[in-house]
Amino acid sequence: MIEILLSSAPQWALMHAAPLLVMVPLMLAPLLALVPSGRVAWLVSVAATAISLVFALILLGIVQSPESGGAIRYAMGNWMPPLGIEFRIDALNAMILVLVTTIGLLASIMSYPTVLAEVRKEKTALFYSAFLACFAGLCGVASTGDAFNLFVFLEVSSISTYVLVALGASRDRRALHAAFNYLIMGTIGATFFIIGVGFLYAATGTLNMVDIASKLPALQGSRTVQAGFAFIVVGLGLKAAMWPLHQWLPNAYSYSPSFVTMFLSATATKVALYALIRFLFFVFSPTFAFEHAAFTALLMPVGIAAMVACSFQAVFQTDVRRVLAYSSVAQVGYMILGISVGTAAGLSAGLFHLLNHAMIKGALFMAVAGVVLTYKGTNIRDFAGLGRSAPWTMTAFAIAGLSLIGVPLTAGFQSKLQLGYALFEHGWWWAVILVVFSSFLAVIYVGRILEAVFFQPPVNPRKTHKEAPIVLLVPLWILALANIYFGITTEIPLGLARDAAAAAFGLEAFR
Amino acid sequence: MPAFLTALNPGWLLILAGVVAIFLPMRRARQGIAIAAPLIGIALLAMADQNVNHLTASVMGMDLVLYRVDGLSFVFGLAFLIAALLNAIYAWHTDDRVQDGMALAYGGAAVAAAFCGDLMTLFIFWEITAVTSVFMVLGAGTRASYFASMRYLGVQILSGVLLLAGIAYVYKDTGGISLKVFENLAEPGALLIFIAFGIKAAFPFLHNWLQDSYPKASVVGAVVLSAFTTKLAVYACARMFPGQDALIWIGAIMTCFPVFFAVLENDLRKVLAYSTNNQIGFMICAIGVGTPLALNGAVAHAFADIMFKGLLFMSMGAVLYRTGTTKASELGGLYRSMPWTTVFCLVGAVSISAMPLFSAFVTKSMILSAVAHAGLPIIWLMLMFASAGVLEHSGIKIPYFAFFGHDSGRRVKEAPFNMLLAMGMAAFICIAIGIPAIVPGLGYEWLYNLLPYREEAMSYQPFTFEHILTQMQLLVLATFAFVVLKRFGLYPPEKPGTILDTDWAYRKVGFGMAKWLGTVWGKVGPAMTAVFFGITGRAYNRIEAAFSPRGELARGGLTGAMAIWTAALLGLVLLLAFVTVG
Repeated sequence: MIEILLSSAPQWALMHAAPLLVMVPLMLAPLLALVPSGRVAWLVSVAATAISLVFALILLGIVQSPESGGAIRYAMGNWMPPLGIEFRIDALNAMILVLVTTIGLLASIMSYPTVLAEVRKEKTALFYSAFLACFAGLCGVASTGDAFNLFVFLEVSSISTYVLVALGASRDRRALHAAFNYLIMGTIGATFFIIGVGFLYAATGTLNMVDIASKLPALQGSRTVQAGFAFIVVGLGLKAAMWPLHQWLPNAYSYSPSFVTMFLSATATKVALYALIRFLFFVFSPTFAFEHAAFTALLMPVGIAAMVACSFQAVFQTDVRRVLAYSSVAQVGYMILGISVGTAAGLSAGLFHLLNHAMIKGALFMAVAGVVLTYKGTNIRDFAGLGRSAPWTMTAFAIAGLSLIGVPLTAGFQSKLQLGYALFEHGWWWAVILVVFSSFLAVIYVGRILEAVFFQPPVNPRKTHKEAPIVLLVPLWILALANIYFGITTEIPLGLARDAAAAAFGLEAFR
Repeated sequence: MPAFLTALNPGWLLILAGVVAIFLPMRRARQGIAIAAPLIGIALLAMADQNVNHLTASVMGMDLVLYRVDGLSFVFGLAFLIAALLNAIYAWHTDDRVQDGMALAYGGAAVAAAFCGDLMTLFIFWEITAVTSVFMVLGAGTRASYFASMRYLGVQILSGVLLLAGIAYVYKDTGGISLKVFENLAEPGALLIFIAFGIKAAFPFLHNWLQDSYPKASVVGAVVLSAFTTKLAVYACARMFPGQDALIWIGAIMTCFPVFFAVLENDLRKVLAYSTNNQIGFMICAIGVGTPLALNGAVAHAFADIMFKGLLFMSMGAVLYRTGTTKASELGGLYRSMPWTTVFCLVGAVSISAMPLFSAFVTKSMILSAVAHAGLPIIWLMLMFASAGVLEHSGIKIPYFAFFGHDSGRRVKEAPFNMLLAMGMAAFICIAIGIPAIVPGLGYEWLYNLLPYREEAMSYQPFTFEHILTQMQLLVLATFAFVVLKRFGLYPPEKPGTILDTDWAYRKVGFGMAKWLGTVWGKVGPAMTAVFFGITGRAYNRIEAAFSPRGELARGGLTGAMAIWTAALLGLVLLLAFVTVG
């Protein structure tokens, strides 16, 4: 499919795919704010995300082709780096871009009915404007090869995210408080990050990531670099909801509009995690991060604590969206644990889980959005008996839920398997036991919901047969079936993750 | 014939049909399947080439032979399939999904086990027969049958576990799991397998499960049970332990000791269970002799036994179905109201007594000849004594007390037509394989033709003057003894009661132990449960206090707490970098 795309695309698209991917949604975002009709805004954002997806696939195809040398470098306005800003795409960010744009497209397709129901009508167009800005920001973070530019795009996405979360106020006033919290925390994270970048600039005199990476080995032992490293890791860790810096996330996810939750859970933390990986492995070398800075000693306990503690917290939640939010933090813990191994196998396992978790949580929150649309409530009690009144929505939810547990023949199983292999290879067999234990907790918190859905009588017996609308069901089932498909054949996502891990290590791609 | 049909083990077909039948609510469709499946199985078997591996598989480095027919397994497989067909006809009047399906799967597992070519597959189907057959006992639905079925299951599973252990040992020792003859019982692997077979074949002192469970099974269940489990064990012994000297004595003892119990026993189905023991003894003894003639005799006798023992259990089942009891003390004079059943029961009785012109005569005389040729006079005398005993308890006692004797006054209806049909078919087979081959290839020659050592079988003449004379002397004298004892009131009267066999060891002592342990547990158990739930409950409260939405982790001003966490983490990272790099 990608070959056809590459051969049929015009020359300008191939040349400028990297900037166009970000620029199309970024330019359309302010225009949308002027559009009076919500429906037009919706169609425009669907179109914009679709265009971005096409460009992302083109970029992936170019990166995978042997003549590209594994990376695309695009100098903005022909200002050559390190002075000018460049977009640099290799297998790592190509994978993230495909993920973000795919989820973006599916999310914007399903968004219209839920946005109509949850956001005040006169704000619909503004809402889509903020969404596109957020989307463009995330794509920008994943594209740029410039550390300061990355901060800019991070803020573009974050600030629009605060807006999106706050727009949930028409459904639940607590969204305002959640958005404010998120704003404070996000700003702290961003500030930490920019302070870190400042330190690096002071030490190396450059902001281009490739350039910084080439100059750092000469600066071993520099206190400035170490301080920069610490600030960047903490700042990005906060954005990625790394335990214990995750506390903004449950509230933000449970009070924002359903569509926003779905989109953010599958993309925002993933992109921040990407940035963390980019800095840990690419800018700072793995040798620096894991051997000299003993970073394993930090990341591994943090990952395990997230896995166990947040799974426990998820078990005790009564709101489905909060269960899933805490579970998200736990899943980030798996990824961090994979990264903390510090090997290519560990990193590829972490990235593989990142891809699969995007599909899992995307499908779960999409199904929840469908329930919010038709039945309003998000408490587990409100889900009772929905298996009979909304079988299609709930079957997809169950598939994704099983994948979240890691039942064989689902994508979640495959990524836990890879993680287990990587941990065993490294001699961390005890961590495998903890992963299994955490999966057992997942059985409980997913099982509670599924039990209510399929085995309890409905609270309100007058609940009639009421499925989510078709624009929601189609993307939902695409994600649910993807969970099964990639649970059976792992070739595509595992290949992407391995290439990405290899790119992060700066090695030749290995398959 | 299409390739997949030649590779289809008839046993698998039956198991599959059984699984379908369990879920099929339509009664007649289910019973149609139960009748059609054995018929198709017989057709498949008739067309299958012998001594060819029809279906093999390789699992985890083990070469499994899933379907292989040869002269030995063919006779057993055929007998099992015919038995499955008769059982299905016999069960036509019932409406019990579980029993229908499980009976079919049970027979199928026995067939599949007979046609497998390696130990692992044998083990799998060995266990399937154990699990499916339990439902035959359980099907009676009484409290006694429930406990009997649990004891039965325990013993059967024990046999399977021993078999598996033996297979594991053999595999480790030789690296192969193909079926082969074990010469030396001193090898632990061979010994374990031998004991496993011994349990299923109900060797002396391992036999109690049989008398315990068969009489408590349902009407149909006892008929089904009588055909498969013990005969499968006989097949397995013939396959792996032919010529094993230990079997000669085991078999001979097996033929003799049940006679005493059977003569005393009041429950006629239990008499039949003892007589099963006794008949298996003949086969086991012949396998121990191990000459071609003896093995032919064992196989032929197994075939004949499946038919006449099935027939006798069917007739007792019919009596149980109509009168509600098989106690000799409560029966008698039923020939008036159940004439056909009486006739069929008599055919079974004279068959099992080895009357000339009936099936056991042509098969048992082979065994006796083989023992005589092998020069084992003591064994021969023991077998002769047991033959007289068979006539006493199965040939005379069963029909006499059930259908003649003192009139119990019961006037019941004749057995349902389907039961009569099944009994008639079994009786037909008993006679058909017992009569001389007036038409060449039919009569007993038909059965001899199928035997594993065909030339030896075809050259053997059952209807010689001395065979007939010996057998008739035996029969006449035994009958005379019965008449005399009865006349002078010396024959043990039919009295209600339980005859305690060696099973008192676990029925009384074991039960006492279990009761005592139960009392102890009743005292200690609650205390332990309290401690256990106390600990888990406290752990749960602790976890909930920490993690729940109102718990410690969620407390505190959100932003403030998190800012502090952020600072703490920053400090930690700085410290780590500082310490390790510096």
